Amino acid sequence: MGYTILKKEELIPGQTTMMVIDAPQIAKKAKPGNFVMLRVSEHGERIPLTIADCDKEKGTISIVYLVVGKTTAEMNTLREGGRFADVCGPLGRPTHIEKSGTVVCVGGGTGIAAMHHIAKGHVEAGNRVIAIIGARSKNLLLFCSELSSFCPEVRIATDDGSEGHKGFVTEVLQDILETEDEVAEVVAIGPVPMMEAVCRVTLPFNVKTTVSLNSIMVDGIGMCGACRCTVGGKTLFACVDGPEFDGHKVDFAELKARLWQFKEQEEESMELFSKECQCHGR
Amino acid sequence: MADRKQKKIRGRTPMPHQDPQVRAGNFEEVALGYSREQALIEAERCLQCKKPLCQEGCPVNIDIRWFIACLVDDDLEGAFNAIRRTNSLPAVCGRVCPQETQCEGRCILGKKHEPVAIGRLERYVADTYAARSACEEVTDLAACALEREDVRVACIGSGPSSLTVAGYLAGRGIKVDVFEALHEPGGVLIYGIPEFRLPKSVVARELDGLRQLGVTFHTNWVGGKTITVQDLLEQGYGAIFIGVGAGLPRFLGVPGENLVGVFSANEYLTRVNLGRAYAFPNYDTPAYRARRVAVIGAGNVAMDAARTALRMGAKEVSIVYRRSEDEMPARREEIEHAVEEGIRIRCLCGPLAFHGDNQGRLKAMTVQKMELGQPDESGRCSPVCLEGQTEQISCDMAIIAVGTRPNPILLEATPDLKLNKWGYVEADPETGETSMPNVFAGGDIVTGAATVISAMGAGRRAAREIAERLL
Repeated sequence: MGYTILKKEELIPGQTTMMVIDAPQIAKKAKPGNFVMLRVSEHGERIPLTIADCDKEKGTISIVYLVVGKTTAEMNTLREGGRFADVCGPLGRPTHIEKSGTVVCVGGGTGIAAMHHIAKGHVEAGNRVIAIIGARSKNLLLFCSELSSFCPEVRIATDDGSEGHKGFVTEVLQDILETEDEVAEVVAIGPVPMMEAVCRVTLPFNVKTTVSLNSIMVDGIGMCGACRCTVGGKTLFACVDGPEFDGHKVDFAELKARLWQFKEQEEESMELFSKECQCHGR
Repeated sequence: MADRKQKKIRGRTPMPHQDPQVRAGNFEEVALGYSREQALIEAERCLQCKKPLCQEGCPVNIDIRWFIACLVDDDLEGAFNAIRRTNSLPAVCGRVCPQETQCEGRCILGKKHEPVAIGRLERYVADTYAARSACEEVTDLAACALEREDVRVACIGSGPSSLTVAGYLAGRGIKVDVFEALHEPGGVLIYGIPEFRLPKSVVARELDGLRQLGVTFHTNWVGGKTITVQDLLEQGYGAIFIGVGAGLPRFLGVPGENLVGVFSANEYLTRVNLGRAYAFPNYDTPAYRARRVAVIGAGNVAMDAARTALRMGAKEVSIVYRRSEDEMPARREEIEHAVEEGIRIRCLCGPLAFHGDNQGRLKAMTVQKMELGQPDESGRCSPVCLEGQTEQISCDMAIIAVGTRPNPILLEATPDLKLNKWGYVEADPETGETSMPNVFAGGDIVTGAATVISAMGAGRRAAREIAERLL
């Protein structure tokens, strides 16, 4: 039976978790930048999650998630050996990777997981990759060792200065853009405000900047249009045209408004789930 | 049977319905179906024409005269077998086919009187006979032994066209694997058509029938992503049928269309039907909550979206359509049902812009008033703008139901597949074969958005060709 959780690892206790899932048919086809649509249980919602890594030989994919609502909270109740009702993919256009020179990959929060997969792809393509990862504090940094294992240049920024640069990833990025001769591309994956800030930094340098949009999706296969976003004045679908787009053309204000569409219902779901959890706990 | 023609011609036997006021608040089926007595009375109205035009009007060519004759003789099994010979989804077709333009539209009684209610009779036969399993119907065995395990056919997509292919081929002992991208098989029958028009239990029953015939459904397999046409050919499938459906929703291209509160009909219906948002929070998929809803478009999908919004608690639902009521593409019956339930129809106006509040949420829409001009290439009178005449309609949700364009996923992954000038798959109209040998296609991915039964017709033609080649 597929979709079994082979490994579950809490990367940041109570917050961010990584799962390795048995999904040979997906692993076989997955490329950096792809995502899956997943359903925890029969009553669950379909949610998109980026494929953080895949092992084609073992037939597994890895996902990393932050507990933000009912679905991710429910995911957290699953254990190793348990299984998802559905995992569907790989979806979306893979990251465009070619030998282009120096590529700066910026990751924030759980986005670091997806970024690491893309950085790996760029390294394999023969590019010089400079990775920048950021978090509030040292103990919240993800994928540091994984990144370092294949990427010789990993820069860190923490809000509290507990490791690396004290401040934002954008400041590190600014510094790199000012000192490096030629940066072919900047890839940014993380919270929307971070991706937006990265685009603001790179714009004056006229560097190609790719962002990965985490729009709300329902089917993830181009059928519903829930994930539509305005890019360069055109309406595009994150699931089939993306999820990666030219960051300088993305209407971030619209993206942010659309991400909040179901806030009330999400809160209602979460509240109900918390109550049920307490009941079962007794 | 000759003496029947002498009888005074009675009117059509009315279909019992749920009361409009009650049903507007639930997702139960609207039309309740004939009783045995009603079915027999209606069946007796059939003139048993020597040249049955009704059958010609049916895209899957059901022997309608024969099935009705069986019904008159109270031979339910004979009636069911007659239908099933050419139609693998009778309970679905009896509910959602546009009979008025097909079988019933050709019925000779309809010239001077009301046509025989063929669709309702089909539904009666399918529902009543459903107690027996699909296999028993064909082979008198509880499960079918496949005769030809070595001959395998793959269907991509599990909507009406693929299900027809699967049913036809499995009935002839061919092993069929159906690959579905979503987590439930059924395609538009599951994500698109609401429960009140086609209960999921009816679809489930038809799918079970196919499983008993040996059809295997693989869910979460996206054609063009998880598996490609090339992969399937390499895996030794003798033929592949592509029935991946209509695709990407079309939008209007007017300002404010991406405001929060503006949805495609596909999204809204998928949330409610596939995600069962009507049962939120028992099911996790949410649907937007709104009081005043405007649905743009007037096809069956628009009617489904409007009636769904009403059942989801909207206080006021309008259909906004740029032509007049006569041009509405939806089935008459669906429009009537919608109006009975309290849905308002605003004809001759089209959206110019959507307006939001400071949080980006829809609050109103400006429409352009229209009048009817000369007929266009579709044969319908074209809408002409009435210069300077606009109106603001306040609404907190808008659902766009103006059609679809081809979904790129499978097409991009299959570069050898020749497309027509509209971007749909080019397929031989007789056999369904595409530019790739032994790769067939049918349904909306060939024709653009059409009806369940026309997709089934395409499936049937392809299946016949496939069977001829492989057996």
